[in-house]
Amino acid sequence: MDVEPTVPGAPVRDADTALVGRHVALIDLLDRLLAGGVVLTGDLVLSIADVDLVRINLRAVIESITDGTVGGWEP
Amino acid sequence: MSDDRVSYVYAVGKRGPALESAATIGAAASGHRGLRTVCEGGLGALVSSVPAEQFTEEGVKYQLESLDQLEVIARAHHAVVAAAWEHTTVLPMRLATVFLDDARVADMLRERAHDLARLLEQLEGHVEWGVKVYADPGAAPTTAAAPVATVSVGSSPGRDYLRQRRARRQAHEQALRAADAVAARVAGAAREVASAGVEHRPQQDGPVSAGQGENVANYAFLVPSEHTARFQRAVRSQAADAAGVRIEITGPWAPYSFATTDAHDGSPTEDNDGR
Repeated sequence: MDVEPTVPGAPVRDADTALVGRHVALIDLLDRLLAGGVVLTGDLVLSIADVDLVRINLRAVIESITDGTVGGWEP
Repeated sequence: MSDDRVSYVYAVGKRGPALESAATIGAAASGHRGLRTVCEGGLGALVSSVPAEQFTEEGVKYQLESLDQLEVIARAHHAVVAAAWEHTTVLPMRLATVFLDDARVADMLRERAHDLARLLEQLEGHVEWGVKVYADPGAAPTTAAAPVATVSVGSSPGRDYLRQRRARRQAHEQALRAADAVAARVAGAAREVASAGVEHRPQQDGPVSAGQGENVANYAFLVPSEHTARFQRAVRSQAADAAGVRIEITGPWAPYSFATTDAHDGSPTEDNDGR
């Protein structure tokens, strides 16, 4: 069911090399890229590093993702 | 057009041959031929030079104005991270982490060495799995509701219509309840195997819409690699007897959702960086 047409530009490699070969749904990727990843304060675009990322046109999409990480388990 | 270049950081790992080959592989996988390592102390960053004008505040805004452009950036970032991750443990950086030059990247590695090394250690030997739970009434064997559609004695079209609508709504509500219950069980079962878990916001219908049905839970779990099979069995079995509920597992992912200082299980939420 999660077979989708391959997006042009998506890296294609041997399917057995798990991570790279598999097509990744954009929404799953955005969940991770916009809410996850180590935040470092870069030299440029400070706001970016901080998820101010996009108060722009993609508002609906992005907000639904970036407000996202509701937190981990309590230990 | 200016030729200025700035240094885009994809990921950070332990300095060494594994990271060097990750850079080579990542370059091939992503088409960034300039992908290289910038090392400092025991750490190294995977870096490529990108046009400065694209990564000024204006430039980034422009790039993110359309979903297509966002997708280009996101997939380029992911291509490098995923390829590197196959080779060695790396910490994915947040999208569009950019420094003026490699020397500034080295500064950052030095300043954050302690945090970064600790995170790397925590993630070593783990992979991230995504687990999404959907309420999908269409997938439910509509048991009692189905016969309603046939004409019965004393019925009117209007009443039939209302009855059908009610039945559909009930099926939907049932599926939602079932999905919530499954989601709770999934979290419990996953916890037995996973080292940590976070919950992303459920995916909504939209321009990059998710799968069929309504997404009620969108988890990410950090799982020791050797327990992958056990983890998947534990998760999938939770929906075995639930009509109208679908579980989708994605991954393995580089540990994006756990490469943060505050999401990791067991580490106290030391800094609230204003979010």
